[in-house]
Amino acid sequence: MRDADRVFPNLDGTADPGLDAARRRGDWDDTRALVRRGREAIQGTIRDSGLRGRGGAGFSTGLKWSFMPKEPAPGRPHYLIVNADESEPGTCKDREILRHEPHKLIEGTLLAGVGISAHTAYIYVRGEFEAERRCLEAAIAECYAAGLLGPDACESGHDFDIHVHRGAGAYICGEETGLIESLEGKKGFPRLKPPFPASAGLWGYPTTVNNVETIAAVPAILRRGAPWFGGIGRPQNTGTKLFCLSGHVERPCTVEAEMGIPLRELIEECGGGVRGGWDNLLAVIPGGSSTKVLPASACDNLQMDFDGLREAGSALGTAGVIVMDRTTDIVAAIARLSHFYWHESCGQCTPCREGTGWVSRIMDRFVAGEAAPSDLDTLESVCAQIEGHTICALGDAAAWPVQGLLAHFRDELEQRVAGSSRFLAA
Amino acid sequence: MTGDADLFPGPDRDEAERILGRYPQEHRQSAVLPLLDLAQRRHGGWLPAAVVDAVGDYLGMPSMRVRELVTFYSMFHDRPVGRYLVQVCRTTPCWLRGSDEVLAAARQELGIAPGETTPDGDFTLIEVECLGACADAPVVQINDDFHERLDGGQMRAWIHAHRGPKEG
Repeated sequence: MRDADRVFPNLDGTADPGLDAARRRGDWDDTRALVRRGREAIQGTIRDSGLRGRGGAGFSTGLKWSFMPKEPAPGRPHYLIVNADESEPGTCKDREILRHEPHKLIEGTLLAGVGISAHTAYIYVRGEFEAERRCLEAAIAECYAAGLLGPDACESGHDFDIHVHRGAGAYICGEETGLIESLEGKKGFPRLKPPFPASAGLWGYPTTVNNVETIAAVPAILRRGAPWFGGIGRPQNTGTKLFCLSGHVERPCTVEAEMGIPLRELIEECGGGVRGGWDNLLAVIPGGSSTKVLPASACDNLQMDFDGLREAGSALGTAGVIVMDRTTDIVAAIARLSHFYWHESCGQCTPCREGTGWVSRIMDRFVAGEAAPSDLDTLESVCAQIEGHTICALGDAAAWPVQGLLAHFRDELEQRVAGSSRFLAA
Repeated sequence: MTGDADLFPGPDRDEAERILGRYPQEHRQSAVLPLLDLAQRRHGGWLPAAVVDAVGDYLGMPSMRVRELVTFYSMFHDRPVGRYLVQVCRTTPCWLRGSDEVLAAARQELGIAPGETTPDGDFTLIEVECLGACADAPVVQINDDFHERLDGGQMRAWIHAHRGPKEG
């Protein structure tokens, strides 16, 4: 991609994250004029740009904003919540924005707030990100001191406050209604929808929840225009995207690339290649732990965007790319994820609370080579009983990695059945 | 534990007020997680039941509503922890980059298993799920700080350097 198209020039943190340096990078440049375009124009530009949520689900941001009431009813304020509860395994992109490009996020929060007629925003930062929270709060303090936030923000006539709220350790609070419950001071139990947050969210008021990366891209889109953003990538899959490369690549990193970049190019140009070379690739989890693992044979011509990965039988998710080379015990790699979902299930829905424990225990038997022949069927059956039977998507997310393993590495599992002559425990 | 002054003495009282100021007056309960965190920091890194109940009183919440939060959220501890809380990430991206080796080094150097505290009360070792720094794996969080791209030798060296008499 062209350097000029980059939304996050300081992603790697080589430059100062502070206000003066951010201004030199183009942040807060006549924000007043952007605010004064008003709600309809801002929503329209974001909708026309094709921006889709960067938190995993990929829902149209402009459309999501349009679900909010036109103007706040008396006594019913609108709220914007920025989801910085980043905790999907394989994902570490929002962290880079919080600590290296906080002003993009803050300016975007103001503009998105105008786009949904909100005067207050909460940024919910995962509790473990203490250093990142401090960076963000320091940047917000700079903005208040400079009159960019607060009453008559940027002299635009729009009053706007941003508060940072710390989480306390729970993956489920990344689910938008679990996050709202948590922000209300409760356990992060996801809510049944409807009602959707746009009609009854935080404290019962109209609320929009957006991911950090989504919001941080808003100022660039408003400045450069919808055609610019829409011209990157392909229709329905527009713009630039942050990708996190972890696991067995030579140089793990978080990078910005054009949506749709081929996986091989991403890994080789940005991550220094697969450890031991491309032919040493075993499998990739392309979009964070909740997306289905793909074997190397599916990776040669893989287009890294929403549609490309859906066609390949997986998903873009958060674009957290977990790379595994041929030294990997793929069963153990997925078993670790099963343990993760078991640990993180909030316990509200029985299929997820009980099912994730079943899946994790069965997976551990396969890892140990102690599985019974019937365990393969049980595994499939339990996953099917979780998927689609829970209030939120955590249940689905717990089933998919195992279903991906069953689809592509079934013989690996069969070798781990107790007594199989083919399994040699390491 | 009697009264707010004991719960949040001195400068913590201002901090508690600042936290409360972020939420509408009628929704004070929203401050409970940050206030529990503040209280935990002032009580040696864990939350005795009396402190939890005092936070509830401060916010006008029934004590059970607060106690259930302490068990739900992984960053709250209802038992004492060491001066250093060593949290080794065990999830797949860290595991692929050698978290087993880091954990083994910590176990050996500290002489304890995950979930245990050293007899001198200096170190508690636990395994945690994804810390959200996967491109810098393996990651160990020690108190507030992330230690990234560690190997077993670096884990040992860190423990070695932080052993010994308490400061002050």
